[in-house]
Amino acid sequence: MTKAPSGPEETVESLLPGADPAPAPAQPAAPGDGVTDPLALDAELRRIWATGPGWQRFAAVNHSVVGLRFMVTSLVFFTIGGILAMLIRVQLATPDSGFLEPGLYAQVFTMHGTVMMFLFAIPLFEGLAMYLLPKMLGARDMAFPRLSAYGYWCYLFGGTLLIVAMLAGAAPDSGWFMYTPLSSQPFSPGIGADVWLLGVTFVEISAISAAVEITVTILILRAPGMSMDRMPVFAWYMLTVAAMMLVGFPPLILGSILLEAERAFGLPFFDPLRGGDPLLWQHLFWLFGHPEVYIIFLPAAGALSTLIPVFAGRPLAGYRAVVAALVAMAFLSFGLWVHHMYTTGLPHLSLALFSAASTLVAVPTAVQIFAWIATLAQRRPKPDPKTRPGISVSMLHVFGFFFIFVMGGLTGVMLAIVPFDWQAHDTHFVVAHLHYVLIGGFLFPMLAAGYHWLPLISGRAHDGPAGRLGFWLVFAGFNGTFFLMHITGLMGMPRRVHAYDAESGWHWLNLISSVSSFVMAIGFAVIVIDLLLTLRFGRKAEPDPWQAATLEWAVPTLPPPPYNFAAFPRITGRADKLEPRKLAPVLARGEGYLGLARHGWMETPGVSVARGEPEQIVILPQQTYLPLWTGLATGAVFLSLLFKVYPLAIVAALVVVALFLRWPVGDHAAADQGELPAGEGAVLPLSSEAPVPPAIWALRVVAVADGALLASLVFGGLFLAIAAPGWPPPVWPELPVLPGVVAALALVVAWITSRMAARGDVLHGAPMLGAALAANLATLASVAWMIGALPPLQDHAAQAVLAAVMVWLGLHAFIGAVLAFNALRRLRTGHVSARRRIDIDLLRLWQAGLLPAGLVVLGFPTALKALALAALP
Amino acid sequence: MCPALLVSPLLLAGCEGLVAGPLSALDPAGPQARAVALLWWSMLAAAAVLFTLVMGLYLWALLRPEAAAKIPARRWIIFGGLVLPLPVLLPLGVIALVLGESILRTGDEPFRVTAHAQQWHWSFGYPGQPGAAETIDVLHIPAGRTVEVTVSSADVIHSFWVPRLGGKIDAIPGRETRILLTADDPGGYGGQCAEYCGTGHSFMAFEVIAHPEEGLAAALAGETPSAPQEPAE
Repeated sequence: MTKAPSGPEETVESLLPGADPAPAPAQPAAPGDGVTDPLALDAELRRIWATGPGWQRFAAVNHSVVGLRFMVTSLVFFTIGGILAMLIRVQLATPDSGFLEPGLYAQVFTMHGTVMMFLFAIPLFEGLAMYLLPKMLGARDMAFPRLSAYGYWCYLFGGTLLIVAMLAGAAPDSGWFMYTPLSSQPFSPGIGADVWLLGVTFVEISAISAAVEITVTILILRAPGMSMDRMPVFAWYMLTVAAMMLVGFPPLILGSILLEAERAFGLPFFDPLRGGDPLLWQHLFWLFGHPEVYIIFLPAAGALSTLIPVFAGRPLAGYRAVVAALVAMAFLSFGLWVHHMYTTGLPHLSLALFSAASTLVAVPTAVQIFAWIATLAQRRPKPDPKTRPGISVSMLHVFGFFFIFVMGGLTGVMLAIVPFDWQAHDTHFVVAHLHYVLIGGFLFPMLAAGYHWLPLISGRAHDGPAGRLGFWLVFAGFNGTFFLMHITGLMGMPRRVHAYDAESGWHWLNLISSVSSFVMAIGFAVIVIDLLLTLRFGRKAEPDPWQAATLEWAVPTLPPPPYNFAAFPRITGRADKLEPRKLAPVLARGEGYLGLARHGWMETPGVSVARGEPEQIVILPQQTYLPLWTGLATGAVFLSLLFKVYPLAIVAALVVVALFLRWPVGDHAAADQGELPAGEGAVLPLSSEAPVPPAIWALRVVAVADGALLASLVFGGLFLAIAAPGWPPPVWPELPVLPGVVAALALVVAWITSRMAARGDVLHGAPMLGAALAANLATLASVAWMIGALPPLQDHAAQAVLAAVMVWLGLHAFIGAVLAFNALRRLRTGHVSARRRIDIDLLRLWQAGLLPAGLVVLGFPTALKALALAALP
Repeated sequence: MCPALLVSPLLLAGCEGLVAGPLSALDPAGPQARAVALLWWSMLAAAAVLFTLVMGLYLWALLRPEAAAKIPARRWIIFGGLVLPLPVLLPLGVIALVLGESILRTGDEPFRVTAHAQQWHWSFGYPGQPGAAETIDVLHIPAGRTVEVTVSSADVIHSFWVPRLGGKIDAIPGRETRILLTADDPGGYGGQCAEYCGTGHSFMAFEVIAHPEEGLAAALAGETPSAPQEPAE
């Protein structure tokens, strides 16, 4: 900010490559009561966007703050997971070790996998995405800052629950994959498995919120003119990842709910004696678990696709090929889950299909690898010699990535080969492979990203040899630990054994692995010390130190102010070919879109999805304690479930709903504001008055995840009917017809009335909203009637599955009723008008989606019965 | 591990000696295990070539960009992304399918046994052998004849694995799974549960004893096995 030159004024357009020849007529960007002086603008924006001191930190919603919290917390969990890994290596260093007894060892390896997957890898990239995306795309925050904060609290509380349970000696101990029946009540009677199921589901809420938030942010919160094909490639990666999370996490959430229902109430979804099937868990788990691997890899690949071009001084080679490759990878990743199940006795030909799909993943992976090599090969000298480094620490980690990930990819192709996997499955060969892929494909790129964006995040430049020393220690230690483990596995060492014979011939291999793992740990310690020293003593970073070409470096100061940009440029070419050094002072002067501050509003531009044309002014919420309270109430739900105090769980869930009803934003939506000037001649409506505000996008995106949940449930039921032993049940659980008909009619009524309430004069829509509310309650009552009419749910999985789909419908009818109630309330308080109709549109959209989904649910019992009888031998 | 294996089949034998062990899948003692071991060594050789190639190209691009830049980006991506992997993956997929089918093929009437897993031991039954008693943690089979093992579980998921004779198959409650094994020579072969099944998992080991034609009946009748207990080399 203070560096803004006072030279001749330049317009934003003239600085951008391929500037639009006919820009909008120049207008002063000072509409309304906006502030025009750059220094005053900066001060005013800082005041509006700041996170307060002291206790107010608990009210923080700013993406930079919350994103950093995610990253720092994930590193704490990484340390915990790393200590657990070292305990494992101490135990396995020598044959017949008595360091950990088998029960404790089981807790340690279960928690190591769980922590690294759910509490480290996913939250780390979520935090990075939250921190970077608004700055790369040209926005002042994520689309739903309070959701970020709520997601953070869910992550922190859920993760803490798992760690506290471990310290109390009640950690889960059936492996991070929680295979049934080992994780079922008879074989895991303690609280440990419940801690896993509830704690991980709690953390998954945070992952789903992040996915919704990332999707909507990328779709509509971009700088004007940034059409989708101009987005920085990192945004493409994160959009793909978020979509995969929306589809990939619901199967795990569903599986966890079903298993918890089995453990708590005896519903036999996975018990083969009562119509369940242990393999159902494996299908649901790996339907999540395999995409999960790519969900972890792709953000890291997105970071590589961003920082390799910066090093090379040229845009990414094959931008379109890379985007196509990662979309292909996303699709393929959902067709591979069975390659974790080659030894379950499925027919060989079907295994061969999954094998083919698994090996094909090598193609989009290779496309990306060679796009990076091509980018490196065609690098250009940079104009500023100061930014022409040798191999930076960041690029060292990229080297680590190439070396390790390529090897992990090759062993991945081997494991995709069915006969080989019959030998290698569940041995240390797989342990070696997965660490090559995850550490090579995630950790090294993330370290590269950390060093790359350190000046942005901290405002400090990194110097000195400690970073290089840390890299080489980690690199050497990693290979020493895991390379020989391939051989250990092929020599027959199974996974998850706590002891082995001296005769096995594995002892010297294990000893080398264990010693090397400590070298790796020392390397991580060196890196942490290096980063801490840089944060404390590092010299101040210059603006845009790497001569990058993306928008995040065009912020006015390093680290960026909480509002990111004082104004937004018009993007007229690819957004990875910008010149941040020239752009930053222009934007800092408030030249561009929304270079103003008015009414204390937190404004950011909202654009059309494909073309990136400005469509609305999105007003973001102020800092608030609501996410914290909602997170605490959500935690109360999970704790009550854990300790089986079910009435309290219901009360806490109602508190969560009541708190969410307080979320809609306030004062600007209390009256029509009309079209407002947005700078650069644009006149736009506020998001509260826009035809498709972010909230509607959020609901559409949530519907994808919700649909995936229902689809998993329907798949699970049909799978049991076809594949599980003990079907059909001796007495088929018939449902009464009358409540089914009532529920169907009520769904139709709710759909019609919600449409009518949204059509015409919304101010007189109260009777229709009331009718929709009543119809949803009627659906809820009919569903309760049907569940009540089922034979005891513990007797057979058939009725348990029917009850599960009915619960799904009942829950959605309840949410419909809440949305109708909310619309009525907002109508009464004057927050609804012909222009401000979000609350009614949300209900309309909900009912429009619930009608077909509800009919699927109501038709499901018939389909299940037909299939169960047809599958009879 | 042993990159020189590309040079000479003799060294391959040396490598196999280095990685021998009572549970080593790289020390095969029957046709099923031998096929997979051969598959491994071939894939290792191919992977070593591919790894060297990709890392070589990467280092070339990184350290000698003025030379590497002569290749246009499009060609890098098409050759590296499509032309390089597909000719490797397609034959590999076909070989895998054929190999998998051959491992699953019974051929002559196999010797049938059952393996029932329970936390934390194995009980083996001999349905085709009247009078043969169930054996615990020791499985008697004929040498030189294909054995079909029908695997089941009484409680949680286990996995039946005799690395020197073939791959593994899970023991899943509510299901029966099958696997074929063959031991070429009489001798003892280590077996181990491969799926985590609780605190006794590490010790859920068993032994397969392959008997010469005449020794099997005696062993099944409960007599002291005549075959050597040490693993055959």
